[in-house]
Amino acid sequence: MMAQVLSVLVWALLLSGAFFLVTGALGMVRLPDVFTRMHAAGMADTMGAGLILVGLCVHSGVNLVTLRLLLVLAFLWFTSPIATHALAKAALSGGAEPYTLAGGDEGERGTEAEGGGMS
Amino acid sequence: MNRVLWLWGILFALWLPLSDHYEPLFLFFGVLTCTIAVFVGARMGIVDRESVPVQLVWRGALYLPWLVWEIFKSNVRVARIILTPRLRVDPSIVHFRASQLTDLGRFIYANSITLTPGTVTTGIVGDDFEVHAIVQEEIDGSEENEMNRRVVVLEGEGA
Repeated sequence: MMAQVLSVLVWALLLSGAFFLVTGALGMVRLPDVFTRMHAAGMADTMGAGLILVGLCVHSGVNLVTLRLLLVLAFLWFTSPIATHALAKAALSGGAEPYTLAGGDEGERGTEAEGGGMS
Repeated sequence: MNRVLWLWGILFALWLPLSDHYEPLFLFFGVLTCTIAVFVGARMGIVDRESVPVQLVWRGALYLPWLVWEIFKSNVRVARIILTPRLRVDPSIVHFRASQLTDLGRFIYANSITLTPGTVTTGIVGDDFEVHAIVQEEIDGSEENEMNRRVVVLEGEGA
């Protein structure tokens, strides 16, 4: 009984992690510019990887593997915002114009972003 | 001095489960490695409040669950934005002042902002934060102030 509850919990965690990974990947395609896409990538870093690693922790039980998985998660959550920040800063100094709804010369990409949906 | 001992303890506590060898020879190697690393760090003068912030451990244990919950909530919000058939993004770059007193506090606040999807810190000059938000409401709301307040409490420098 206990094993079944754990197994369901593990699957729920792994699948919801996978959901955030897929949604993040979809966001990479759908969102209009590098800055908005970073938010989608951040989703895969935080909840995508996080839920999958926690799911693996529950699967492995209480042992050294669990501790190592939690260390992976900790290092990931410490380093990924720094990578994101470096990317944003590089994009800004490289002259990338952030997409805005009002944005003059970016207007065409606005309609593309709205029309390019799943409809 | 106390902080040097803390660093050694943390390094060894990290090394031991990662190695998972408890023979005297390997334990000796571990002790030796940690000691050399701490010695070099201490000689370089980089073992301080910023690199070994043990003063934050207890308040950090309170801050972390709240941060994880915020990360979860904003993940759901960004997922909803991406999965809505008509894409409704309204990105903008916002400037505001952060209340942290130390660089470490600002670093934690900036990383917390970036970790929550929907907001990314793109630059800090002094206490002026430059943040890119996927929809403006993400940054206008009271949650950013709440995070600011909580990081000030975590920093615990006493205003």
